[in-house]
Amino acid sequence: MTSSATPAVAIDGLGFVYPDGTRALTGVTLSIPRGQRVAIVGQNGSGKSTLVRQLNGLLRPTEGRVLIVGRDTTGRHVAQLAAEVGLAFQNPDRQIFAGRVRREVEFGPRNLGLRGAALDAAVTGALETTGLTQQAEANPYDLGYSRRKLLALASVLAMGTPIVVLDEPTTGQDARGVARVQGIVTDLAAAGRTVVGISHDMRFVAESFERVIVLRAGQLILDGSPQEVFAEANWPSLASTYLEPPLPARVGAVLRLGSTPTTAALVRALVANPGDLRAW
Amino acid sequence: MTLRLAGASYRYAGARSPALIGVDLVIEPGEVVGVVGANESGKSTLCLVAAGLAPASIGGELGGSVTLGGEETRSLRPHELAQRAGILFQDANTQLSGTARSVWEEVAFGPRNLALPVEEVVARVGRALAVLGIEALAPRDPQRLSGGQAQLVALASVLALRPALLVLDEPTSQLDPLGTRLVGDALAGLAAGTGTAILVVEHKTDLLERLAGRVLVVDGGRVVRSGLTAEVLEDPSLGHLGVEPPSRVALRRAVEEAGLRLDPGALAPAGSGHAS
Repeated sequence: MTSSATPAVAIDGLGFVYPDGTRALTGVTLSIPRGQRVAIVGQNGSGKSTLVRQLNGLLRPTEGRVLIVGRDTTGRHVAQLAAEVGLAFQNPDRQIFAGRVRREVEFGPRNLGLRGAALDAAVTGALETTGLTQQAEANPYDLGYSRRKLLALASVLAMGTPIVVLDEPTTGQDARGVARVQGIVTDLAAAGRTVVGISHDMRFVAESFERVIVLRAGQLILDGSPQEVFAEANWPSLASTYLEPPLPARVGAVLRLGSTPTTAALVRALVANPGDLRAW
Repeated sequence: MTLRLAGASYRYAGARSPALIGVDLVIEPGEVVGVVGANESGKSTLCLVAAGLAPASIGGELGGSVTLGGEETRSLRPHELAQRAGILFQDANTQLSGTARSVWEEVAFGPRNLALPVEEVVARVGRALAVLGIEALAPRDPQRLSGGQAQLVALASVLALRPALLVLDEPTSQLDPLGTRLVGDALAGLAAGTGTAILVVEHKTDLLERLAGRVLVVDGGRVVRSGLTAEVLEDPSLGHLGVEPPSRVALRRAVEEAGLRLDPGALAPAGSGHAS
């Protein structure tokens, strides 16, 4: 039984050890309500990709459990979980295999049973959203790296899963590409889908996500809104996992304007506190 | 060793139009030059041409002149080229040999192929891992690294070759912020300390502000702007060329648009320490 109050993702005491003995996650507990935009950040090797691979069953917990829309992933096949969780890999080349862009994007929704007009609509929509309509008949390997990243993203969007996981979606994207990804995250959440994103770009994180989860050496150390996580009191914790707050947060702190993780938040605080600006 | 491109143009094998058109560029020893531009504007092609891989390894047609230490890259034999120029590809996974069982062996792969004495190989591997702060990865399986760790290992493998020219295609794209800064500092130290010439493609303009003395803007295969980094990155028209302004420039503009002014001290280049 699930109700609308059932979280999209519930993780309880999750631990994971790779077969070679490398421990990647320890005691991770968190819950993600439906429709939330959640960023996972942390140092290289802190366990971010390992954590999201638990969501669609590519990896299985060594300890604890993972529930997707109320159901334990244990005993469920990757194919079953694929209808609920779409994951765009960090490295698009581990995902792409078809000879035509359109075929690549079709593969996921076709496997979920879509046919005919519904399939066409899903594929066409995903290509439009990612700006790949012109490249529909191209060979994926004739595309540059940034477009292959967008293709991996399109393939996931086309599946229409209620949970979408994006592993470093802005890597290699220019300013327009980053803005495009930002729009996709916003639109997905507006449509009621849950978005989990991994990123090292703190400006993108602060501006695109409503919640930030910080991992260090496989453990969850901070969890809150961008205002909370990027507040000055947390800077030592962020530094301990090789992160630094976005520039607006640093300027806001110098000017004693409180937590201002985004440019818009900083400008609002400046407008509201011209006296503080003069005093500084 | 000076890299010199004069009227360099390049067309990929089978392509109808050139990917690079009439590029003039000189990088002196010890100099770091940044390259920015939209996706598919020709940045990676410039890397392949500068490092001599195009056309030597991938075919295609090169026009104009590309010299390294005064010799045309076209006339250099592969092993001569490999000892002069090192390139880090955009996708680290295509760079790793796939044959090494440990990160240490992976980084040693290049120096071993140069037939260096074993003590020299050991010293170079140790130094390359240390300068990037990844000594702890040495025993790890290269196939079981995170994306960012793989990128650092690929970079270490190039550094261990100690080329006179380093060509880096988005070397920090998968790195966390402090890892990015560490790589930036390591590269700056390498240029200043050993006279390595560095050409670096980066979307992270905050990093280029700290690292590169000069910046080129590439659009449609041509160099459309070039000059001192601070001046080029202030150009308000760069947004139309797909280039994100540095954080401090973006923030100052946003604040000014709101009719306010910030003390410039609050907007010192990111990471200079003035803002924190």
